[in-house]
Amino acid sequence: MPTSIILLGLCIAALLAFVLGLARANALAKKGDAQLHSLPGYFGAYLALWTLLPALIVTLAWSAAEPIVIRNMVSSGLPENVRALSPAEQSLVIGRINAVARGLPKLSRDDYDIVRKARYGFTSPADAQRVLQERGVALGSAPESYVIAAAYDQVELQSRAALIITGLAAAIAAFGFIYANWRVHPKLRARNAVEAVVLVALILASTVAILTTIGIICSMLFETLHFFNYVTPWRFFFGTEWDPRFSAAGSSGGGEGQFGLLPLLWGTLYISIVALLVAVPVGLFSAIYMSEYATRSVRTIAKPLLEILAGIPTIVYGLFALITFGPYLRDAGGYVGLDISASSVLTAGLIMGVMLIPFVSSLSDDIINAVPQSLREGSYGLGATQSETIRRVILPAALPGIVGAILLAASRAIGETMIVVLAAGIAANLTLNPFEPVTTITVKIVSQLTGDLEFNSPQTLVAFALGLTLFVFTLGLNIYALYIVRKYREQYE
Amino acid sequence: MAVETVPGPLAAPVSGPNDPGAAASAQIKKSLSRRYAAERRFRIYGVLAILFGLLFLGLLFGSIVLKGYTAFVQSSFRLDVFLDRGVIDPDGQRDHSALMSADYTKLARKALATAVGADPDSKPQMREVGQLLSRDVDVQIRKVVLDDPSLIGKTVPIWVLAAGRVDMLLKGQLDRDLPPETRKLSDQQISWIDKAVANGSLEKRFNTGLFTNGASSNPETAGIGVALVGSLFMMMTVLLLAVPLGVAAAVYLEEFAYKNFWTDLIEVNINNLAAVPSIVFGLLGLAIFINFAGLPRSASIVGGLVLTLMTLPTIIIATRAAIGAVPPSIREAALGVGASKMQTITHHVLPLALPGILTGTIIGLAKALGETAPLLMIGMVAFVVEYPTSPLAPATALPVQIYMWATSAERGFVERTSGAALILLALLICMNLIAVILRRKYERRW
Repeated sequence: MPTSIILLGLCIAALLAFVLGLARANALAKKGDAQLHSLPGYFGAYLALWTLLPALIVTLAWSAAEPIVIRNMVSSGLPENVRALSPAEQSLVIGRINAVARGLPKLSRDDYDIVRKARYGFTSPADAQRVLQERGVALGSAPESYVIAAAYDQVELQSRAALIITGLAAAIAAFGFIYANWRVHPKLRARNAVEAVVLVALILASTVAILTTIGIICSMLFETLHFFNYVTPWRFFFGTEWDPRFSAAGSSGGGEGQFGLLPLLWGTLYISIVALLVAVPVGLFSAIYMSEYATRSVRTIAKPLLEILAGIPTIVYGLFALITFGPYLRDAGGYVGLDISASSVLTAGLIMGVMLIPFVSSLSDDIINAVPQSLREGSYGLGATQSETIRRVILPAALPGIVGAILLAASRAIGETMIVVLAAGIAANLTLNPFEPVTTITVKIVSQLTGDLEFNSPQTLVAFALGLTLFVFTLGLNIYALYIVRKYREQYE
Repeated sequence: MAVETVPGPLAAPVSGPNDPGAAASAQIKKSLSRRYAAERRFRIYGVLAILFGLLFLGLLFGSIVLKGYTAFVQSSFRLDVFLDRGVIDPDGQRDHSALMSADYTKLARKALATAVGADPDSKPQMREVGQLLSRDVDVQIRKVVLDDPSLIGKTVPIWVLAAGRVDMLLKGQLDRDLPPETRKLSDQQISWIDKAVANGSLEKRFNTGLFTNGASSNPETAGIGVALVGSLFMMMTVLLLAVPLGVAAAVYLEEFAYKNFWTDLIEVNINNLAAVPSIVFGLLGLAIFINFAGLPRSASIVGGLVLTLMTLPTIIIATRAAIGAVPPSIREAALGVGASKMQTITHHVLPLALPGILTGTIIGLAKALGETAPLLMIGMVAFVVEYPTSPLAPATALPVQIYMWATSAERGFVERTSGAALILLALLICMNLIAVILRRKYERRW
C-alpha cells in the first residue's frame, strides 16, 4: 500500500523538520541578536507542521479520490455493449476485472509482458488466462479481451498514480519545509501559529459527534428509501404480518415477503413495559432507601454492588436468561399449571428489568439528592413522618427528573438487543399472553443481517428501515428525557 | 415551593381537658400507630427492593460460576502412543506432507485400546474406542511428531483430549443411568472409561485449550484464544482513536467553546449518542465502513471503529467532568505567570485531570469490551480458526464468541459458554477495579 508508506515517510520528515527547527531556534537564541518570540520547541513544531500538514491533506484527498477516478476511467474504456448492461451485471464484470487486476502483480516480468501483448491484441486472451492461472488466479471462463484490457489498464493506472502521489507528497512536503524555514526568524510568532493549528484540531475532534449523528441518519435514511422501492411505507408501518421469506440464494428478488412492523413494535413495547414494571419500582425504592434511610456503611456496600448490575454486559444477562432463568420459569410455570415457554415476554422482560435497575436507581438517586434539604426540614417540622415526607414532598418535587430517568430507561429497553435475541424468541407474534415468545425490532435487525447476504434485496434492506424506526423512537425519548432532566436540574440550582 | 400545599398532620396545641383540641389530639394519637406502620412498611419496601437487586446479582453470578467453572478442566487420556514408523512414515523420507497426512487417529485408537484392554483386532470395538477420543486427536499427535520427528518409531506418553461425551460423563453432566441411546455411550464404553479412570490414564486436567484455541465444531477443542486476540485488536483501535479524539473534543468544549448554537448542537449530539442503541452503531458501521468505504467484513478494524464511535461520548463526558473539576485558580495562576491558554491546559489542567480521564477511559473500554450487538452487524459472527495477524484479518470478539456458543445446539458448549462468560466478567471486574483504585488513589478534592 503506497499510502501507508507515504504517511510513514511524511512522519519521519516531520520529525526531521522538528529537530532541524529546534536546532535552528537554539542557534538563533545563542546568537542573541534578538530575543526569540516563542520557545525553541515551537519553532520545531512550526517547521514540522508545515512539512507534514499540506502534504498529508493532499495525500489523504488523493487516496480517497483515486479509486473512484480510476474506476471511472476504466469503465469508460469498456466496450459499448458492456456499459449498456444492467448495474448488477456490470458489477459482476467489475468483480472479474478486479480479480484479474489482483492477480497481475503476482506475475513475473515475462508473464506480465504476455498480458501486455494480450491487452494490445498481439496475442490471444487465452494466453493471458494461462499465465494467470499458473499464478493461482482462477478465472472461470476464458476472459473476454476487454476484461484483460481493463484489468491491465487498471493496474497500469494504479502504479502510475502511486508514482505521482509519492512525488507530489514529497514535493509539497519539501516546499512546506522550505517556506517555513524561510519564515524562521526570532520575531516569528511560532507559538501562536502552532496553537492555532492545535485549536483547529480540537474543533475538528469535537465535530466527530455531529458527523456520527449525520452518518447514522444519512446511511439509514438512504437504505430505507431504497427499501421503500420494494415495499410501500404503508405496508411497512401498518402491516400486521412479518414474514420476510428469505429466498434461495441466486434467485433474485425472491417471493413476496410481508414486512409488517406492527408485530415487532408490539413485541418491543410489551417487553419494555414488563421490564419497566420491574425496574421502576425496584430502582425507585432502592434509590429512596439509599438516599434517605440507609446508614453510611450500608450505602458504601450496597450501592457499588447494585452498580455492578450496570457493568455486566448484556450478553451475560442474555446467557443467564437462556440457560438458567428461562428454563427455570418454564419449570416453575409447569408446576403451577401455567404453560410458559422458555423464551417468553416474561423471561426477557424480567431480565431486562434487572438490567435496568441500576440505571433507574442511580439517576433517581442523583435527582432525590438534588431536592433541597429545606423541603425535607419543612415537612418534618410540620410533623410528617419520613415516609410521608418522601411520598408527599420529595417525590412530587423530584417527579419531573424521575420521569426523565424512566424515559431514559425506556429508551434503553427499546434498543436493548442481546437479552431479547437470546431470551425473547424469533417468531413475530401479536399476542397479549406474557408467557408466549414475541420478537422485537432489534432481534429482527440481527436476524436479517447476520450471515452472508447480498445488499439489494428487501430482506436485508428492511433492517435499515427497522434501525431508522428504532433510532427515531429512541432519539425522541432521549431528547425529551434529557430536556426534562436538564430543566429539572436548573430548577434547584 | 411545595411546602405550603403539603397536608401534614398538625401538632396538637397545648390545651386543657375540655378544649376542642383534645379531641383532635386523641385523633392524632389514634392515627399515629397507623402512620408508623406505614413508615415501617415503606422502609421494608426499600430493603426488599435492594435485596431483590442483590438477589439477582447473586443468582446471575452463581449460575454462571456453577455452570462455567467446569470448563476450566478438560478430560484427557494419557496414552502411551507407539509412533509406528509403518503408519507415519513408511518411506522413511521424513517428508513433510507425508507426516502431515499420516493416520494418527489409528495410533491413538490402538494406544487407547491397550490402555483399557479392548481387542485391537475387532473392528466394532475399535470404532467404539475411537469414539472416546476427541475428533482432533490426530492434530495433537501430529504436533508432537512434527515438533520432534526423531520420536518416530518410539513409544511416547501423550496427553490427548477425550471426546466431549466422555468429558460430560466425568463431570457428571451426563447421567450414566440414562439408556445408552440417549446418553450416546454404550455400556462397554462406560466400562472402559471407568477402567481408564481407575488406572490413571483418564483424568481432568487444566484446560489450556480454552484460552488458546479458536473456533471449533467440537466442544472439547473450542477455545476463546482467537476471540481474545480479536478483542485485543479492537481495544487497541478504540484506545488509539477514541482517547485522543475524546480528550481533544472535551478540551475544546470545556475550555475554548463559546456558548452558541454550534456548541449546543455538539453537546446535544454527544448526550444523545451516549443513549443511542448500540445496534444502531452496528448499522452505521455496516453502511459506512463496509459498504461505502469498502473495508473487509469481519475485520477487527471495523469493529474497533464502531466501538470507537460508541465509546467516544463516554470518554468526552468523563473528560469534561474531570477538566471541569480542576479549580479555576490553577488556570488563573498559570495565565498570571505568562503561560498561553494552550500551555495552561497542556501543562496544568490535563495532568491534574488525568486520573479522571483515565477512569473514564477504562470504564468506556470495559463497556466496549462487553458489547456484542454492533459486532453482529458487521459480520464478526464468523467461524475463525486462525489467529488474526492484522486488524484487517477476519476476527471475532469474546462476547460474540459467547453468543455463538450460546446459540449452538450442541450440549457440550453450555459449560464453555458459561466459562467464557466467566472470563469476560473477570476481565471487566479487573478493569473496573483498576478504575476504582485509580480514582481512590489520585482523586483530589479541591
